[in-house]
Amino acid sequence: MKIKKCLFILIVYFLSINIASAIQPDIFVQSTVNRASKILSENISKENKISELKKIAIETVDINGIAFYTLGSRRKTINDNQKIQYIKLFNDYFLKSFSSRLAEYTNPEIDVYNKEVINRNYTIVNSLLKGTDDRPEVKIDWRIYTKDPENPLIRDLIIEGLSLARTQKEEFASILNSNDGDINALFKTLKDFSKN
Amino acid sequence: MIKKIVVILITTLALTLNVNAASDGDLILKKNDPAEVKDCFEGLNRATFAFNQALDGIIFKPVATVYKKLPSPVKSGVSNSLDNLSNLVTIPNNILQGEFKLAMMNTGRFLVNTTVGILGFVDVAQHLGMSEYEKEDYGQSLAKAGVGPGCYIVLPVLGPSTARDTVALGANLLGGDAWYNVTVKNDTHYLSEEDYYSSKITAGVDFRAKNYDSIENLKENSLDFYASVKSLYLQDRQQKIANMNTIVETQNDSDWEEIENN
Repeated sequence: MKIKKCLFILIVYFLSINIASAIQPDIFVQSTVNRASKILSENISKENKISELKKIAIETVDINGIAFYTLGSRRKTINDNQKIQYIKLFNDYFLKSFSSRLAEYTNPEIDVYNKEVINRNYTIVNSLLKGTDDRPEVKIDWRIYTKDPENPLIRDLIIEGLSLARTQKEEFASILNSNDGDINALFKTLKDFSKN
Repeated sequence: MIKKIVVILITTLALTLNVNAASDGDLILKKNDPAEVKDCFEGLNRATFAFNQALDGIIFKPVATVYKKLPSPVKSGVSNSLDNLSNLVTIPNNILQGEFKLAMMNTGRFLVNTTVGILGFVDVAQHLGMSEYEKEDYGQSLAKAGVGPGCYIVLPVLGPSTARDTVALGANLLGGDAWYNVTVKNDTHYLSEEDYYSSKITAGVDFRAKNYDSIENLKENSLDFYASVKSLYLQDRQQKIANMNTIVETQNDSDWEEIENN
């Protein structure tokens, strides 16, 4: 009886530890947004803002996952060396593009108001970017990869129903199509973007 | 030349027509999936896109820059008036799509905003608690009836479209838009062609100003701006046709699932 009780207590204890250490996707998004907003509202140079935003992106975005998604079916036909090269180029491209897009905003106010669990791997978090005199209110949904509940990661931003990852994927497909599927042409485009 | 284009458009539409699919929401979603829409005239589309970009740089962007500086109540008033006018196309399309309740509500919205709201300048209906206004057009009605989008097309000045939506634009000129009827088609002595065309140009400037930063940002950070605009336009159309409020239904999870097994 005593052993049974101990076992029960242990199970409850371990379960509670597991629940406690899992980060809720909506809280994760709100805290990420708050961190970014804080940097954007600080009185520092644009270069410093970009550098700080890059750090946040590395911690919170599944850049490699997005990289493979955006390559579409082509990812199945490239070799391991090309994969390594692509991941490196995509990381440089993504961080530059992501941070310079965000750096234009000053103190954006984003409120998380809902979440919808799709399956064990994904939760969609709904948020609203408050409107200003210059732009209307914008609905932003976040696709959060929750396979590791302790380390949720952003995989997509869906702005007013328009997926950035999907747009990126179709952009890459267009570059590949215009170059007879030559992966090196995509590599060159990514390299050129990161250099400029 | 125009005859040829019309023939191509009608043929493309005919090829994509599938009336049996009218009630199948999933099939409508699939048919309008951006990945399924072919860019049959890519060379011509890219040339038209470049022309539109040049036009934007010369006219729309500079005008939108000035328009952006107007006081907020003026901008929202103009935007409200244009939305109010668009009810004249939305209402017949609500009926065509069998959304009779919505048609009645939008008629009420139009009457209230045109009278109490001073020609739509103030969105009184919203203050009265009416649900959010969703624009509808003949392209969306055709899509609901099971007509596929056909090829992707970039129209001069008007921008991205599809074969179906381009043909549907013609419905506005054939009596489907009451605003066009009372300004251009019929001589009412009170309204003229200038009123119609200036409302359309203002709508273009209003759209450009509202999306000013997003467009500039996208242009600067795109590897292929043409492909980005095409993708965003087709995603937007798919969402509007499906009238989805939750994005989950328009996003294809299977693409992401494959990443797990990579």
